[in-house]
Amino acid sequence: MRQIAIYGKGGIGKSTTTQNTVAGLSEAGYKCMIVGCDPKADATRLILHKKAQATVMDLARERGSVEELEISEVLLEGFRGIKCAESGGPEPGVGCAGRGVITAINFLEENGAYGEDLDFVFYDVLGDVVCGGFAMPIREGKAKEIYIVTSGEMMAMYAANNISRGILKYAQAGGVRLGGLICNSRKTDKEYELISELAKRLNTQMIHFVPRENQVQRAELRRQTVIEYSPEHPQADEYRSLAKKIADNKNLVIPAPLSMDELEQLLMDFGILENEDAA
Amino acid sequence: MSRHIEETQKMIDEVMEVYPEKTKKDRAKHVKANDPTGSCASCQVKSNVKSRPGVMTVRGCAFAGAKGVVWGPVKDQVTISHGPVGCGQYSWWSRRNYYNGKTGIDTFGTMHITTDFQEKDIVYGGDKGLDAALHELKELFPLSRGIGILSECPVGLIGDDIEAVSKRVAKEFEIPIVPVRCEGFRGVSQSLGHHIANDTIRDYILGKGKLEKTTPYDVNIIGDYNIGGDAWASRKILEEMGLRVVAQWTGDSTVNEIAIAHQSKLNLIHCYRSMNYICRHMEEAYGIPWVEFNFFGPTKIYESIRNIAARFDDRIKENAEKVIAKYKSVMDALIEEYRPRLEGKKVMLYVGGLRPRHTIGAYEDLGMEVVASGYEFGHNDDYRRTYPEMKEGAVIMDDATLYEMEEFTRRLKPDMVGSGIKEKYSYHKMGVPFRQMHSWDYSGPYHGFDGFPVFARDMDMTVNSPTWGLIRRKKSS
Ligand SMILES: Nc1ncnc2c1ncn2[C@@H]1O[C@H](COP(=O)(O)OP(=O)(O)O)[C@@H](O)[C@H]1O
Ligand code: SF4
Ligand code: SF4
Ligand SMILES: [Mg+2]
Repeated sequence: MRQIAIYGKGGIGKSTTTQNTVAGLSEAGYKCMIVGCDPKADATRLILHKKAQATVMDLARERGSVEELEISEVLLEGFRGIKCAESGGPEPGVGCAGRGVITAINFLEENGAYGEDLDFVFYDVLGDVVCGGFAMPIREGKAKEIYIVTSGEMMAMYAANNISRGILKYAQAGGVRLGGLICNSRKTDKEYELISELAKRLNTQMIHFVPRENQVQRAELRRQTVIEYSPEHPQADEYRSLAKKIADNKNLVIPAPLSMDELEQLLMDFGILENEDAA
Repeated sequence: MSRHIEETQKMIDEVMEVYPEKTKKDRAKHVKANDPTGSCASCQVKSNVKSRPGVMTVRGCAFAGAKGVVWGPVKDQVTISHGPVGCGQYSWWSRRNYYNGKTGIDTFGTMHITTDFQEKDIVYGGDKGLDAALHELKELFPLSRGIGILSECPVGLIGDDIEAVSKRVAKEFEIPIVPVRCEGFRGVSQSLGHHIANDTIRDYILGKGKLEKTTPYDVNIIGDYNIGGDAWASRKILEEMGLRVVAQWTGDSTVNEIAIAHQSKLNLIHCYRSMNYICRHMEEAYGIPWVEFNFFGPTKIYESIRNIAARFDDRIKENAEKVIAKYKSVMDALIEEYRPRLEGKKVMLYVGGLRPRHTIGAYEDLGMEVVASGYEFGHNDDYRRTYPEMKEGAVIMDDATLYEMEEFTRRLKPDMVGSGIKEKYSYHKMGVPFRQMHSWDYSGPYHGFDGFPVFARDMDMTVNSPTWGLIRRKKSS
């Protein structure tokens, strides 16, 4: 079983990309599970065709504690038997979402969600690594493989670099490795070259360049992945291709995060950031 | 440097010898030979810093200081241990702060009330549960005059807004609801908890009440927690002197006493460490002077009575002498009885607050000598007040470790050790006479003229009990 965590700036396309990729993997015959680690709980709707599934923490809150839950209530099967769970958690600004992620993953583990037949487990994690709670999927040897979703936008790249720093800490202490950057295109200038270069500097690869494509939204409106909604569409092939690359990926590295100056220099080289001295 | 100091310092160095280099260097700053003049620069004890990892400290946390010491005894306030059940559970009832009243009806001192956090409260925040708890408590205990919300660690970690809840519900109930941010991870010991508690007294209660009729003889007892009835014994003396005790903080106190205390003429402070902050504030804000006093043992009691009386008119001064005269014969007779049995006995103390220095006089009245003393959570101002009270070359220790205490016991061979519950049983095993000097080992009071006979009896019982001789000691190799 390979456990994979997907990180990246909020809104960059983690949940969309994860679900489409997992759809591609299961098409190819792999058994997969998705664990949503974001209180928004929108990491499984394209697989389950639901607005939102019952989350571990929300049910635990209703019942009093996680001990009162049955695994069948929170571990559901969707498209092609893909298993889905969501940690759930508080509204922004209250409580501790990180603790929710920890509790939920522990619950899933203790209750046999991680069956022997699984080939892949994907953790779809909220935003940047903000605290120990959100690092849970990569702590204690859970997910050993990480992909960062980014784009050619400056903030997405900042986030990618920050996340690499978080990974570095766990990579040095344990076996956590970076598998690559997934460029989810925002159609910015020289995006392909820029992210390829950023990946190189981080000591990794741009594993795939996913084009921006309206078909993604059309599928999303029907609560489906592109692969399910329009298997013939070229965008479906993009996700199949990403799925295959991940399945075959042997290029797992300890990242080499850039300093702030280095990152800004890179952005200046590509004309994304203006050189203050020159301006 | 005198010979006494040098000899003690040599012994301290020997004890420190087993520590690794860094620990040794650090701990050496906290254990010193006493110089009563305070002039020996290298004899100054370092204090109020984080305990060294790896050693066995007996310090508590800020929650313990705020809830267990300062706020807990306020008898008609419902005090919530806000967070998981354990923090409050283990401090339940523990300091024996006596009070009058019907527990569960109009007083709540010995009750353990907690919001009992579960995972879901951590993940979703505890504010809603707190709001519900406040409403339940108001219904259960309509005679409560206030509610204190004492934060345990997780509340601070997840950033709950207990202030907003308090504010809203206080308006609704029309009683004070005091949010106390005393999360245990704040500060280096329980000491910061005292300070935080003092600040909340200032911000939420003090000055909010009105004393209808004031007199020139109004005083407050500050920093007496009425352990085993201590504050009652102290109050009695002050009243016999003709003073009126308006407030007694916080042993057997009410919310109202805290609210009206600012109208008194003088603050009398017993435990300086835990409540000097509020005295300084009252001095600044209301112009109320404060004076420290010590009601342990006749010598210090007489001295303190006179010192307090000096702040008042001749009537009080005359009363003071009358009070002293009244009790002197009783005290003399007591000393005559116990002194022969205790003369020359050596005492080692390691306690908190005021006791490491305040009880020395009482021991000396009985002919005993305090050869070592130390504070769990003292600050520089405590040590400065301690140097002159002890003999030259006595050991003074700050945040002592269990190892150090055992070693000093072995070397100084005290006839009794006075310390806390955590030390008690290791001393029992060592067969060394021991007295739990935080809550008087289920005895008391020890303050005032009522307390000294109990103190004398207890120390005699401790030192001279034949039990110690029956404890099988390890054959020393
Ligand atoms: N390749 C793409 N082309 C077009 N739209 C996309 C693409 N990837 C993601 N999106 C859209 O971006 C939005 C945010 O994506 P989402 O996966 O929810 O982000 P995240 O999980 O990182 O917060 C979604 O509405 C999705 O439809
Ligand atoms: S930063 Fe992390 S640990 Fe802290 S409250 Fe938020 S989620 Fe919890
Ligand atoms: S340190 Fe924190 S958790 Fe421990 S007793 Fe104190 S308040 Fe409770
Ligand atoms: Mg998402």
